[in-house]
Amino acid sequence: MKREIWKGSEAIAEAAIRAGCRGFFGYPITPQNEIPEYMSVRMPAAGGVFVQAESELAAINMVYGAAACGVRAMTSSSSPGVSLKQEGISYMAGAELPGVIVNVMRGGPGLGSIQPAQGDYYQATRGGGNGDYRTVVLAPASLQEAADLMFEAFDIADQYRNPVVVLVDGLIAQMMEPIVWKEHPGRPLPEKTWAADGRRGRAHNNFVTSLFMDAPDCEAHNLALLEKYKAIEANECRWEELMLDDAELVLVAYGTPSRVAQTAVEHLRSQNIKAGVFRPITLWPFPYARLREIAAQPQVKRFMAVEMSTGQMVDDVNLAVAGQKPVAFYGRCGGVIPHVSEIEGAVLAAWKEGL
Amino acid sequence: MTTIYRKSKGLQDVPMHYCPGCSHGIVHKLIAEVMEEMDLIQQAIAICPVGCSVFAGSYFACDAIEAAHGRAPAVATAVKRTHPNQPVFTYQGDGDLASIGAAEIVHAAMRGEHFTTIFINNAIYGMTGGQMAPTTLLGQRATTAPGGRTKEQAGCPMRVAELLSTLEGLVYAERVCVVDIPHLNQAKRAIRKAFEKQMAGEGFTFVEVLAACPTNWGMDPIGANRWLMEHMAEYYPLGVVKEV
Repeated sequence: MKREIWKGSEAIAEAAIRAGCRGFFGYPITPQNEIPEYMSVRMPAAGGVFVQAESELAAINMVYGAAACGVRAMTSSSSPGVSLKQEGISYMAGAELPGVIVNVMRGGPGLGSIQPAQGDYYQATRGGGNGDYRTVVLAPASLQEAADLMFEAFDIADQYRNPVVVLVDGLIAQMMEPIVWKEHPGRPLPEKTWAADGRRGRAHNNFVTSLFMDAPDCEAHNLALLEKYKAIEANECRWEELMLDDAELVLVAYGTPSRVAQTAVEHLRSQNIKAGVFRPITLWPFPYARLREIAAQPQVKRFMAVEMSTGQMVDDVNLAVAGQKPVAFYGRCGGVIPHVSEIEGAVLAAWKEGL
Repeated sequence: MTTIYRKSKGLQDVPMHYCPGCSHGIVHKLIAEVMEEMDLIQQAIAICPVGCSVFAGSYFACDAIEAAHGRAPAVATAVKRTHPNQPVFTYQGDGDLASIGAAEIVHAAMRGEHFTTIFINNAIYGMTGGQMAPTTLLGQRATTAPGGRTKEQAGCPMRVAELLSTLEGLVYAERVCVVDIPHLNQAKRAIRKAFEKQMAGEGFTFVEVLAACPTNWGMDPIGANRWLMEHMAEYYPLGVVKEV
């Protein structure tokens, strides 16, 4: 198949359209403006709807509306804008509406910086808005994977009737890489019999809502959501293992830092340090069980989480490792990307200290 | 035996929760009758607000979507654009539309979205218990303005139909009320005209209904209707505000 050079943002947008997305609603914010710009041309050509909304709030509520009447829909934004979208994401989770939210993360908090960062991990993996809910979080580390995961994002959203977040740092959206456009057969998906798209002969009206006036009803709804989340945890966990077979030191990283960590591991191996990379692809559900198995292996001595934040995913690494082995952390933040030599240095320091 | 009156098929056969003297039930009925007369029940999609009418989707017989507070026009934008041949309307109160949802309604009107908004202006927050709204009259008491709203503290009330009528995308705005049969009939004509213009693809249509809230106004239903005509209709004049 033909390899094509694509820019990250545009590849994500194109993949969404190829995955059947027919509603895009967005608002300008750096570093993801190429997504709405691309969609403004390509979406109408594909027979879909593009609206530049008045705000991030309006944009996510447009996604809510399109999803509520059965249309595959998405929005994209960057960190401060995604904070504004949390209201709508919570309502989507509550009303059990599918939809895809792309967050091209930049430095924070507040306006922060416009360079790549990973400071929104907690927000993405712990719901982010009000109430007991989870969003599926997919974290590609290359443009090929980003394009492939957009298809999965819409399928997962439709299968479980739940919002899916595609979480990338600004580097993934801004860089260019070759992509092969693959066939995606998809998975069997349920009919959207719940959609409020006009009765057209249906015996009853469909009312899409997240409101339950009686507490026991709301509790039952929350427990039903919990069952769904358990099914997602059982079925949708993804990760990649690089050079872990004999690894004594396991670097855990997602997105851009996982690529830097991989290069660092190659350098370390040339110095006879047996390191490897564990890369979560789904950040929620986090691959706790597999990481716990790895921690139990006798040759594994130590873990180190590498992030472009002050340390967020490292909490999940600790939950997974559960005290079996020490867990160290190395991070750069605020839009600074860690250099290979820095990760190498951090690993060597930990190596000397702990082993 | 001849049937001279029956409940509209545009409503489900369920009891409503509205207070005695509240205008919501009457406006629901008028929308339902218009949908039935225009044969729209099977196609229509209602976007419901947060506030007293949060359950409207359990009353209308058409499909419905519950929006977050103030966001109904954003939801309706996506619904209408993805289903351009189906009637779509938002039903919103004054806290929902004129306060927390001010941006959404202004921009939907600016874009000339092809849906209809039914705006219930009762000059108060109803469901939360009588707090001041952007539409609360000067001097009117509210639980967050217990001495009455003052211009110095909260500014002057917002005339939403006039505000939106400055936007080119809005093709029809009329202010009505439902205090008696003649006014009720005029309100129904306005709702029908709004739906007709929507279905003709003319642009954004807006019907503001001055509504009574006896519970939070601290009045009986008849007194509330009298107060509405004496005070609200003075500040918010009834009639067509804009028609293109």
